[in-house]
Amino acid sequence: MVVTFTVNGTPRTADVPADMPLLWVLRDVLDLKGTKFGCGIAQCGACTVHLNGAATRACQIPAAAVQGQRITTIEGLSTDATHPLQLAWQELDVPQCGYCQAGQIMQAADLLTKNPTPTDADIDAAMVGNLCRCATYQRIREGIKRAAVLKREGAKATPARPARRPGEA
Amino acid sequence: MTDRRTFLRVTSLAGGGLLIGTLIDLDGAARLWAAEPIAGANTPFTPNAFIRITPEGAITIVAKNPETGQGIKTMLPMLIAEELDVEWKGITIEQAPLDEAKYGRQFEGGSTATPTQWEPLRRAGAVGRQLMLAAAAQQWKVPVGQCETEPGVVVHKASGRRLTYGALATAAAGLPVPDPASVPLKDPATFRIIGRRTPNVDNAKIVRGAPIFAIDVTVPGMLHAIYEKAPVFGAKVARANLDEVKSAPGVRQVFMLEGGTALNGLMPGVAILADTTWHAQAARRRLRVSWAAHPTASQSSADFAAKAESLLGGAPARVLRSEGDVTGAFARAATIVEARYEYPFLAHATMEPQTCTARFADGAMEIWAPSQTPESGRQLVATTLGIAPAAITVHQVRGGGGFGRRLNNDYMVEAAAIAKQAGVPVKLTWSREDDIRHDFYRPAGWHGLRGALDADGRIIGWSDHFVTFGEGERFAPSAGIQPTEFPALFVPHFSLGSSVIPLGVPTGALRAPTSNAIAFVFQSFIDELAHAAGKDPIAMRRQLLQQVQKPESGAMPAGVMDPSRMLGVLDLVAEKSGWGKRTLPKGSGMGVGFHFSHRGYFAQVAEVRVSKSGDVKVVKVWAAGDVGSTIINPSGAEQQVQGSVLDGLGEALKQEITIDGGRVVQGNFNDFELLRIPEAPPVEVHFRTTDFPPTGMGEPALPPVIPALTNAIFAATGKRVRSLPLSRHDLSWA
Repeated sequence: MVVTFTVNGTPRTADVPADMPLLWVLRDVLDLKGTKFGCGIAQCGACTVHLNGAATRACQIPAAAVQGQRITTIEGLSTDATHPLQLAWQELDVPQCGYCQAGQIMQAADLLTKNPTPTDADIDAAMVGNLCRCATYQRIREGIKRAAVLKREGAKATPARPARRPGEA
Repeated sequence: MTDRRTFLRVTSLAGGGLLIGTLIDLDGAARLWAAEPIAGANTPFTPNAFIRITPEGAITIVAKNPETGQGIKTMLPMLIAEELDVEWKGITIEQAPLDEAKYGRQFEGGSTATPTQWEPLRRAGAVGRQLMLAAAAQQWKVPVGQCETEPGVVVHKASGRRLTYGALATAAAGLPVPDPASVPLKDPATFRIIGRRTPNVDNAKIVRGAPIFAIDVTVPGMLHAIYEKAPVFGAKVARANLDEVKSAPGVRQVFMLEGGTALNGLMPGVAILADTTWHAQAARRRLRVSWAAHPTASQSSADFAAKAESLLGGAPARVLRSEGDVTGAFARAATIVEARYEYPFLAHATMEPQTCTARFADGAMEIWAPSQTPESGRQLVATTLGIAPAAITVHQVRGGGGFGRRLNNDYMVEAAAIAKQAGVPVKLTWSREDDIRHDFYRPAGWHGLRGALDADGRIIGWSDHFVTFGEGERFAPSAGIQPTEFPALFVPHFSLGSSVIPLGVPTGALRAPTSNAIAFVFQSFIDELAHAAGKDPIAMRRQLLQQVQKPESGAMPAGVMDPSRMLGVLDLVAEKSGWGKRTLPKGSGMGVGFHFSHRGYFAQVAEVRVSKSGDVKVVKVWAAGDVGSTIINPSGAEQQVQGSVLDGLGEALKQEITIDGGRVVQGNFNDFELLRIPEAPPVEVHFRTTDFPPTGMGEPALPPVIPALTNAIFAATGKRVRSLPLSRHDLSWA
């Protein structure tokens, strides 16, 4: 079937089987490789994207279900990697292998939207579905709390998003 | 030549283990890097394979070894940049292609990157700095001794003249390259990069989802492949409905591969090649394969346990070590403690399932792989497919986790074989079920232990009957034990024997191989002896570490732990955890464990809270480590300790691979469970620096946490855990 939906703010069309999971539409058809395959059964969270703004597992969403919907992937979380989570992750050096981190960041972004000042317990509850085999969990907690601070400071100090640097895609 | 002796001392400490013989000797490295000088206008400065500086001032440093999350793509270039004396910010780090003639051994394993590269890569950087000094001195017509460097600049203090490395690059490129073995190295007190928290160099790409992992590789015209193998390891294809699968949507090719019998080589199976990974996975659901009968199809974990039980009832088939008079020690003991311990098979379960991309054209093979041992992979592909090694190019691609899984190159030879047969480029992506069911498992094992205490509560006798896997005198991969493993050399009357069970399941190194099981067993049993002696578990360990038994020759064997360094970290973790200073309520407790492995010394304390119904909450872990004089990247080192500790907790709490009908029962993260964030306690990391060359961080912090946890559970509940995982146990108390 031909699916038309919005990916990272851009209308996209894909001619794919109706039951192809969104994960593979993104990775193999639209060449958006940031969303990762980990388990295929919604047990690891590596494929977490936003469906109409809410975190969801792309391995469980058939193509037919995204018709007309709005999808955000890690590539579209910010235009220039300046989302507070992306900044905090670099500042605190969260990743080890890095494979799960796109999913972690997308899940955490959903948390921060709903809860701008999460406690450790809030973080544990929101992030329980996202596995990290390197076990960067301690820094994930710190990273989310740091991002919450950056987000509050950013909201006070500057307009929503700094200008794109020249030459950047 | 002091530095050279120091380096050679490091190599001599590396005795035993999987990766002996892989350490680069300095003289060999010096030959390797003695590049011919190249002159000419606008020539980039390339004094060796690791450094490139253009006349415009662009500085590139090459990371030679594979990166799967252990941090050496950051740490190894730090060594070069420090001695080259450049600003870390602004340099480009480039992953080397596989070319061992140019870069020396390129692999990841055994926590060896630090001890093997600490000196050679600093010397590689120092060569560059010396040439910059020489070029500036020549230009200014002053003695080299009057010149010094600041990051990226040569300075002549007396005249105030300065030249950047870029400005000197062309001149420096024409100078003869000094012998790396004799270039001066910096005084560590002046380090500007080594010792500074330095983030992972790929972070900016990771957080924006850039396609940098092996699974992200795209080659024009490639198809997406899956490869179905027999659930019974090595069984051949009898029949398969290939034509029916070929008619599935998006499927381009379906074929069998004959494969061989080696468990670490190309195994028999069916390849499905399709337009997308999903088309291949969907078509796989139509695949019906009849697998041929196979001799290991009846093996099971239950049978292994029964065989082990039977073997433990008899004497060991082999004596691995016997010191003193064990029989006499037990005869005169005031107290004897006996216990049996066991632990299960474990999978690696890297977050990125096994994946590899290959293209075969005009007799040449090109491979993109996340391998920990790419050269071994190249050789395996060459031998299996009859291609000259020189016709095989391997690109090192970032891997989503390693932990020892990617020491084996089974997925690489599969991708190469499929690409060769298909005639088109292929990306092979395993499903999670493929990954869990076709691993090289941490071998299960059983120990029958006896300990003898004298009237003062000293451990005078120790005997262990270790039942593991293998045949005859040969242990299955990673199923053996070092006969000098602690407490050998510390208990005066000591025996270690083994019996083996034949196995048709692939086994291999899992992060801290052998140690990840032995530490649990031995450090738990030492705890049992401490309680039997009525002694504090740390006091008991201090006493044991002080009763070192020197061999008759007086010299300790190579690779044996230095008790003074272990005492140092034991005392440090006792202090930091407040050991013995707090009274905890029933149901809460602290436990300790220490272990020496991969040249590193770690002692850890775990604090747990066990609910009356038996739910275990790990409250906190304190880790103290001694990995020598320098923590090269404190951020990366802390990550490796925290990751190792939590990895060990995950293994101990929930993980188990069982075999039934010759096949692995578990298949995904619903039944092979990884630690999740609510289960991850804070891990407080402390280092004790000592006057020894620095050693690796990838593994040695894992083993002690498992006995620290089980010993804490005993302190909390009075229940002694002698088998893993904990999820098998009823830990309720009242």
